[in-house]
Amino acid sequence: MGRYLSKKMLVYILTFFIAVTLDWAIPRFMPGNPISILVSRFSALPNARKVLTSYFTQSFGLDKPVWVQYMNFWKAFFHGDLGISVYLYPKPVIDIIKESLPFDIALLLPAIILSWIMGNWIGAIAAKNRILDKTLIPVLYIFTAMPYFWFAIIIAWGLGVVIPIFPISGGYSYSMTPELSWTFFLDFLYHWFLPFLSLFVVMLGGWAIGMRNMIIYEIEANYSRYSESLGASDRLILRYAFRNAVLPQVTGLALQLGTIVAGALTTEMVFSYPGIGYLLLQGILHQDYFLIQGCFLFIVLSVLAANFLVDIIYVLIDPRVRYSYTEGV
Amino acid sequence: MREWLKKHDTIYFMLTNKRFVGGMLFILSLILLSLIGPWLARIELGWYIEEAGKRALDPTANIGTPYSPPSPKNWLGTNSFGQDVFLQLVYGLRSSLLVGIIGGGLATVVGLSIGFISGYSGGMVDETLMMLTNIMLVIPTMAVLIIIAAYLPYRGVLIESLIIGLTGWPWTARAVRSETLSLKSREFVHLARISAVRPLKIVFGEIAPNMLSYVFMVFILQFGGSILAAVGLDFIGLGPTRGTSLGIMLQQAVLWNAIQLGMWWWIIPPGAIITALIAALYTVNTGLDEAFNPRLREM
Repeated sequence: MGRYLSKKMLVYILTFFIAVTLDWAIPRFMPGNPISILVSRFSALPNARKVLTSYFTQSFGLDKPVWVQYMNFWKAFFHGDLGISVYLYPKPVIDIIKESLPFDIALLLPAIILSWIMGNWIGAIAAKNRILDKTLIPVLYIFTAMPYFWFAIIIAWGLGVVIPIFPISGGYSYSMTPELSWTFFLDFLYHWFLPFLSLFVVMLGGWAIGMRNMIIYEIEANYSRYSESLGASDRLILRYAFRNAVLPQVTGLALQLGTIVAGALTTEMVFSYPGIGYLLLQGILHQDYFLIQGCFLFIVLSVLAANFLVDIIYVLIDPRVRYSYTEGV
Repeated sequence: MREWLKKHDTIYFMLTNKRFVGGMLFILSLILLSLIGPWLARIELGWYIEEAGKRALDPTANIGTPYSPPSPKNWLGTNSFGQDVFLQLVYGLRSSLLVGIIGGGLATVVGLSIGFISGYSGGMVDETLMMLTNIMLVIPTMAVLIIIAAYLPYRGVLIESLIIGLTGWPWTARAVRSETLSLKSREFVHLARISAVRPLKIVFGEIAPNMLSYVFMVFILQFGGSILAAVGLDFIGLGPTRGTSLGIMLQQAVLWNAIQLGMWWWIIPPGAIITALIAALYTVNTGLDEAFNPRLREM
């Protein structure tokens, strides 16, 4: 019984180690020296440069042997210390990420979950309905073929410039500060809608098409034919097919998470939406390696956690895996 | 001809499938466009070539009046720098197709080999390779691409496709492995093994022919996936450092406020051509599925 779970856990732990190690290597592999970039911001006097360089080298621990640096990184990691941003000096990276994380969660979670549910629903209906299959599915194929950020650009142009209904930049109005009030919440929703819509629509296509193909496959299967010959209603057959077809869709969700995150990253850039993706772009533009490091770590760890969650959900909804746990087969 | 087609019935079904033929024709016309594009641009920019001479067909040349909408002079208008959008589009399409072929091809080959070895040999090799695949699956490819791309100060289309190809294979490896596992236990393979056929001959003589159609479909999906990945990477600003691409065009458009200025001729064509290309690839794939899978054929 434990074999499936322990194998999964081993993969996750290994991935976690590799991800953190990769993350540790980022600023050390990068072209250019992050310290010299930081120092160049403070170097008014030629003498100050030397002092500052040694100060920063020591405070970042770059003068120690590599393996000590590596161990220190792990220590700092478990203390939640991701270093200090060069671009927004002296703000700690972890604080910057904490500020933008709510925006990401508010954008991605509804977009992923709603598009998944809606997509499965549309796909299942289209599989049985000839007219929908001929009209809606081609449109959905076009949706899923679009680069995320291009649709974001088009929607921003259409609903923000041609028909100026929605704002196309930022997570909230510049005159406001994030707080817990109705006015801020409404303003937030107003800015949230377009990024959400663009992610939702592009994802919707993929799920609907996947579901349609799976349902068609299931309806051709012997058990469906048999129940049909017994006189079962179309509705009932579709329901049985749906339960089988939804399993690969759950696995698909885990496989797609990386692509979705990448899509969200570019979408945030189009709308200057203050999430992790936008932060990452700022980090790259300003060569802020600690910020890049922090963002990368956060993205990888969230995808890891989400994958783990999907695995658990899969165990809960797939009777074959579930029984192998409870009965010890 | 008829005799030949009877022997190769999948090719017959392929060539009579509307989706396959339509999608393929569209893709071929895009390839043609990317090939004869500079020649078309020569017609388009005839007025300019007389003035500027050889330098004229450089897609980054500042040609005409900035911000001008489509006109007989510049078929798709010019951007904020006065660069010709059509010329950039043609060259961008070229690099996108190149990334698709190299990156997609590489991802297919790597995924195929790993999946096949893993599925066919089993045991420890299988465990190790699948562990590697699962790790690669979980780490978001785009994040890794960003890191690698930022590390290389000079990047060309070739390097970009190599990076994309070497990170895009995991799902293929998993799919190919399960396909191999199911083929491995078929009767004809068992029969070959009992009759002491050499392992390599079993692989290439018995299993590979049955997977050929599948491999072709995997390549088409990887082709599209690589193009999309490259466009995303270019858009972030980590694409080729020299020349142009469809993603770089869109990046420039967003950076220079083409959305706010309503320069639709700058923002629509690059994405539209990618969307059309990818949609055509999906259509070809569905067509192939119908041709290869007798159960899906419409009789």
